[in-house]
Amino acid sequence: MDAFTLLQPVSTWDNLLSFWRFEDMNVLWVLVGSILLGMSASVIGAFAFLRKRSLIGDALAHAALPGVMMAFLLFQTRDPLVMFLGAAASSFIGFFLIDWLPKNTKIKPDAALAITLSFFFALGLMLLSYIQGLNVENKSGLDKILFGQAAAMTQDDIRLLGYVAITILITVTLFFHKLRLIAFNRTYAITIGMAVNRYELLLALLIVMSVVVGLQLVGVVLMAAVLLTPIAAARFWSGELRSILILSAFLGALSAIISTQISYIAPAMPTGPWMVVSLSILFILSLLFAPQKGLLKRFLEHKLLRQKVAEENILRTLYKLVERNKIAQLDFNHSDIQALRSVPTESLQKTLKTLCRKKLIESSSKGFRLTQSGLELATQLTRRHRLWENYLNEHAELTPEQVHNQAERIEHILTESQEKQLQDELKNADSDPHGNPIPSQTSLTEGKN
Amino acid sequence: MANTSNRTSPLSVDHLSMRYHHKPVLTDVSFNIPEGKSIAIVGPNGAGKSTLLKGIMGLEPLIEGQVNFFGQSLDKKRLSTAYVPQREEIDWDFPINVMDVVLMGRHGHLKLWQRPSNIDRQIAEKALKDLQMWDFKDRQISQLSGGQQQRVFLARSLAQQANLYLMDEPFAGVDVATEKAIIELFKNLKQQGKTIICVHHDLNTVGEYFDWIIFINARLVAAGPVEEVLTKENLNKTYGGRLSLLNDLTEEMYRTQLNKAHDTD
Repeated sequence: MDAFTLLQPVSTWDNLLSFWRFEDMNVLWVLVGSILLGMSASVIGAFAFLRKRSLIGDALAHAALPGVMMAFLLFQTRDPLVMFLGAAASSFIGFFLIDWLPKNTKIKPDAALAITLSFFFALGLMLLSYIQGLNVENKSGLDKILFGQAAAMTQDDIRLLGYVAITILITVTLFFHKLRLIAFNRTYAITIGMAVNRYELLLALLIVMSVVVGLQLVGVVLMAAVLLTPIAAARFWSGELRSILILSAFLGALSAIISTQISYIAPAMPTGPWMVVSLSILFILSLLFAPQKGLLKRFLEHKLLRQKVAEENILRTLYKLVERNKIAQLDFNHSDIQALRSVPTESLQKTLKTLCRKKLIESSSKGFRLTQSGLELATQLTRRHRLWENYLNEHAELTPEQVHNQAERIEHILTESQEKQLQDELKNADSDPHGNPIPSQTSLTEGKN
Repeated sequence: MANTSNRTSPLSVDHLSMRYHHKPVLTDVSFNIPEGKSIAIVGPNGAGKSTLLKGIMGLEPLIEGQVNFFGQSLDKKRLSTAYVPQREEIDWDFPINVMDVVLMGRHGHLKLWQRPSNIDRQIAEKALKDLQMWDFKDRQISQLSGGQQQRVFLARSLAQQANLYLMDEPFAGVDVATEKAIIELFKNLKQQGKTIICVHHDLNTVGEYFDWIIFINARLVAAGPVEEVLTKENLNKTYGGRLSLLNDLTEEMYRTQLNKAHDTD
C-alpha cells in the first residue's frame, strides 16, 4: 500500500501548498534569498539605468563566468565565498577593461562593452566544457549558473547573498542623495567638490557584487534583465526617484517570489528565465496601465480630445451659420453644416447626437439649433479663434490666409487667462483679419433675446 | 600680470592652454577679473568659450597654465565658487522635482552621508523665491519650460551661497520673464559684492547686461571694461576668423610633442 502511494505523482497544487507551508526549511531560505536579490538588484540597477549605463550589468555578469570557473579549477571547491571572490575578481577586470578601452584607444564605449562581454563569456564557456571533461568531484551543477537554479542553492550560498543584498540596500539608502546627484548631473557634482570617482567606484562595486551573488539564482545570461526591467517598469508609475526605487524593489521581489515558486514546483525549470518573464509581464502591465504615463491612459486622453474638438467644431459651424443668416434663421440641417465644414456624415450624426444629449443643441423637425448654453460656448470659441487670428496677424505678421488654420487648432486649447492676455495685448480686439466681428462674451446672446 | 591691486582677484587665469585631441582649442589665455562685476565671455561658435569655463572649473584638463580663485587653487575655494552648466547638458527627464535639484546646491557643504537640514531647506527656499520659482518647487523638472529650467539651475547655484558665479550661456533660449529675472539676479549679486562670469552669445545685449567683456577666439583678443573694449576693432578681430597659420602650427606642435623635445629655460 505504502509503496503504491509513493509512486503516485504529487499534484501541482499539493506542491504549491507544501511550498507555502515551508515544510522544507530550505524553501524558506531560497525564497528570502531571492526576494533580497530581487530588491537589491533592482535598486542598484536603477542607478545604472539612470546613468545610461544599462548594459554594464550585462557585461559584468558575463565577465563573471570565467572567474567562477577559474576559482573552481584552482581550489577544487564550491565554497560560496571562493566562487564569489573569483566571480567578483573577473567582473572587475571586465569593468576596468570596459572603462579603459574607450579612454585610451579609438574604440567607442558600446564596442568596448560588446568586445569585453563576448570575450569573457567565450572564455567562461571554454573553461566550463574543460571542467566537464575532467574527473573531479562537485562539478555537476556548475553549468547551472548560465540560467540560474534556485533549488540548487545551499544555505551558505543564500547567507552570502543575504549579506550582500542587505549591504547594497543600506549603502544606497545612506548615500541616496549623493548617488542621485551624480546620476543627475555628474559634472556639477565635480564642481561642488564631491569625490565623484570614489562614488562611481562604489557604484561599480555594488553592481559587481549584486551581479555575482545573483548568478546562481538568475544566471549569467539574464542577470541584466533583473537589474533593469524593474526600474524601467517603475518609471511609468512615478516621477519621484524615491518612490520609483521602492516600487522597483517591490517588483523585483514579486518576480523573485513567482520564479522561485515555479522553480520549486517544476524542478526542471530554471529560475532565471522565469524571473525575467514575470518581470517583463510586470513591465508590459505598467507600460499599458500606469495611471499617468501608461499607453491606455494616453490613448483615452487622445480620444477624449478628439471628441471635444469634433463637438466644438460643430458648435462653431452652427455659430457661423447663425451669424451669416443675420439671426433670421436659427435652425440648420445636416447639409447646411456640411456646406460650411466637411465632416463625414456618420461622425457628424454621432457628434450631433452627443451635443443634443449634453443639451448644447436642440433637434426639431426644422433642424438643429444652439441652446443658450451651446450658444455661449460657441461664442467663446469663436472669440478665441478670432482673437488668436488677430494676434498672429498683429504680432507674428502672418497674412489673414495663413492664420485661419492655426487658429482652428489653438481655439480648442486656449484658457480663460490666456484669452484675457490676448485681449490686453491686442490693439484691435473688435474684428478679425477677415473682417468678421469678434464677439464679446454676450453680444450674440443679446441679439437673440 | 601680477596682482597689482590690493585685493586678490576672484579669478585669475594665467597662460592657460587647452586642446581637444591634438587640435588647439585655447592658446595662452591670461586675464584677471575684478571683484563685484558682471563679466561676459564673448566669441564666435567654436571659439572655446565653454571650454574655457570648463578648464577653469577643472572639468577638462589644461595642458598649460594656472587658474587661481581668490589667489588660491580651486580645491581650497570650492565653496566660494558656483558653476552653472549649460542647460542641454543634462537629461531633463530625470525623475526629480525642482526643490531636490536646488538642494543639490547644498551638498558641497554636507558631509558624506548627511542629508539637507532645515537650514539648507530655508536657503533653497530663498533661492527659489529670488528667481520666482517657489510656486514650482514640487514640480517635476520634465514639466518645466526652457526658461524655468534655467531658473532652477540658477537657484541651485544661488543655494551654494558662493562669491564667484561661472555660468555657461544662461541667456540661451530663455523667455523674456527669465531674462528679466536673470538681470535682476545679477544686480542683487553685484550689490552683495559678488562676481559673475557668463558665456554670452548675444552681441546686442552684451554692453547692456555686463560691466566687463572678455573677447575670445581660440586666444584672448581683449579683456576689459565694456566702454574700453567693446570696439569695432575688437569685434573684427574676434569674429574675423581665426589665424590659420597659428592654428596649424600649434596643432603640429602638440602632435610632435615639441614641448617635451624642446629644452625650456
